[in-house]
Amino acid sequence: MRLRGLIRKEFLQIVRDPSSIAIAFLMPIFLLLLFGYGVSLDSEHIPLALVVEQPNTDTADFSAEFDHSKYFVTSYYASTRDAEQAMMAGRVNAIVVLRQDFASTLRRGDSAPIQLIVNGVDANTGRIISGYVQGAWGSWLAHAAQKRGEVLQVPVQMQQRVWFNSELRSRNFLVPGLVAVIMTLIGALLTAMVMSREWERGTMEALLVTPLSMREVIIGKLLPYFILGMGGLVLAVGMSLFLFEVPLRGSLWVLFVASALFLVTALSMGLLISTVARSQFVAGLIALIATFLPAFLLSGFIFDIGSMPTVVQVITHIVAARYYVAILQTVFLAGNVWDVILPNALALLLLATVFLGLTWRNARKRLE
Amino acid sequence: MLGRIYALVLKEFLALLKDKRARFVLIGPPLIQLMVFGYAATFDLKNVPYAVYNEDRGSAARELLADFDGATSFTPVAQITHESEIAPLVDGKQVLMVIHAGPNFSAELAAGRPAPLQVIVDGRNSNTAMLAINDASVIVDRFNTAWAAAHGGSPPPAHIEMRAWFNPNLESRWFFLPGIVGILTLLLTMLVTALSVAREREQGTFDQLLVTPLRPVEILIGKTLPGFLIGMAEASVIMLAAVFWFKVPLLGSLLTLYTGIALFLLSGVGVGLMISSFAATQQQGLLGAFIFMVPAIILSGFATPIRNMPLLVQDITLFNPMRYFLLVLRGVFLEGMPFHLLIPQFWPMALIGVTAFGIAGWLFRHRMY
Repeated sequence: MRLRGLIRKEFLQIVRDPSSIAIAFLMPIFLLLLFGYGVSLDSEHIPLALVVEQPNTDTADFSAEFDHSKYFVTSYYASTRDAEQAMMAGRVNAIVVLRQDFASTLRRGDSAPIQLIVNGVDANTGRIISGYVQGAWGSWLAHAAQKRGEVLQVPVQMQQRVWFNSELRSRNFLVPGLVAVIMTLIGALLTAMVMSREWERGTMEALLVTPLSMREVIIGKLLPYFILGMGGLVLAVGMSLFLFEVPLRGSLWVLFVASALFLVTALSMGLLISTVARSQFVAGLIALIATFLPAFLLSGFIFDIGSMPTVVQVITHIVAARYYVAILQTVFLAGNVWDVILPNALALLLLATVFLGLTWRNARKRLE
Repeated sequence: MLGRIYALVLKEFLALLKDKRARFVLIGPPLIQLMVFGYAATFDLKNVPYAVYNEDRGSAARELLADFDGATSFTPVAQITHESEIAPLVDGKQVLMVIHAGPNFSAELAAGRPAPLQVIVDGRNSNTAMLAINDASVIVDRFNTAWAAAHGGSPPPAHIEMRAWFNPNLESRWFFLPGIVGILTLLLTMLVTALSVAREREQGTFDQLLVTPLRPVEILIGKTLPGFLIGMAEASVIMLAAVFWFKVPLLGSLLTLYTGIALFLLSGVGVGLMISSFAATQQQGLLGAFIFMVPAIILSGFATPIRNMPLLVQDITLFNPMRYFLLVLRGVFLEGMPFHLLIPQFWPMALIGVTAFGIAGWLFRHRMY
């Protein structure tokens, strides 16, 4: 009964300052649209300079491989120097050079060098380019062998099979990751200011002299925002499934239970922030620092956690998004794999308990 | 006029730094975050766990698997003997990759026929999967070349000689660290500016400020300088750490670099003040800061190339000061770009800054509650 009054008051506050509603509903739509379409690691149409110092039929076969590749947009340059200038100015990302003696070396039966120069500033793209050029080279060799009526002999043939995402469509893993990042933001933003506002305005003391217990105050603060946050979550999941066509191989209810758990964790983190900080100002600062960047960089959303140094790996364990990203990527792409879901869900539960416990302790201590 | 501005700047610094927590929040986290993120942000795989499923008894398969064992990218964690063991290991994320050599692997190889090596990769993170495949194929290629040379096979008629400019070992950390310098600088300017006007509005002190003899321009300067100075100081410290701790090369001139930082701070502080003067409450200010900061970082080219984005989104990034700042940072740090080549990045930041300041100044006067 008492609780209902407090919840009603929170709801009124939410309705009167529409920014909470904007956070819960507009933010996920806006951010998912922008990022779902904007963020992609599938490199296509890489601008590449091709320098053929002496064109003939052999080099024509080779450059045809590049013209037909969907990965490259090829432009021809007359000399290596021109191409290098284009790369300096950022117009191309790589240069492939066939020297004057390319055809004659080839005919002699010696191994003719193909020069590849990549711009290494973006090391990842550099490596992808090198892989694609290798691929073009390989298919050129295979075509040449085919023309001679032979089959190209390779000692060991690597046959790769990618599970769960056979086309390596980066959107399939980026969108679930983005849902985790966005829900972190929403959860923390919704509650980060809530308690500190009451402390700052002195209404917290008024709240505490009511018969409400601290536990009831915390539940009263959490519940309305939980309902709002779940609304945002349904939107985000719906967009992932229907707009971005990420396959959902696990079951929907696992997804929602895990998401509810994560939302509670994120909201409790916000509550903890707003209890530790005495003012809204400091709470805002901490929310800016502690939510987005850790969720973006330390959650395994883009960067592989296993490749980080051990100390950093240990730190990632206090980032709630880490567990949620693991659950989301598994439930969306692999299915209900309990070996992954249960430990991560337990970790979320543990974090939520710790956050709420600390909030409770801190809020009580404040009274003395 | 100078005296009035000085007084306001002093007051702003006091407001920012008098709270012990706020002081800590402004100084501690950026440095800690540089350390943590600097190590976290890399696309170079290390110790990727994989399982070996070797049905072959010959030495060739053993040799090839030894090459995987020796690579820094991979760490073997399991030996399996049956196909049914693959799925649980991959599903449960115990391994990212399974390498499978069939029973006739060595025999086929010795007979001069292509010997298949099956590589199964967990594609839940398709980027990591692709990197693992690349690293694996490099190992297989190297093995093939050595095998052909040792067993009298003819070498391929042409080969690729690769060189990477600016970053010969293609270390992705060199690419990400200048980006992290940019991100933390942006975060800091948001911290200092986004709530500054909003807080005064909420507490009602902004009206008092407006009735003092201070003109809006003076208020603007007074609100700008602290963020600008703190940003400069911390950006310098962060860059020192990037150069001396992480050993990222700094090839270009400091003058060019600081021109870029100054212009970026101008645009960042400008946008922060604009958000702050638009907000009626601190909660709205914080919301605005996030609405700006999150897209500014994700759509800056920090982790995913702008070239991969759809054209419409690419056009949106033209309004993002981070986009230009990252190009300046990477250009000056890694390529040693001279000043004149970076002018195309400098003027948009200046334009964004001036526009934002104009709007902020106008809002000071015209948004009253």
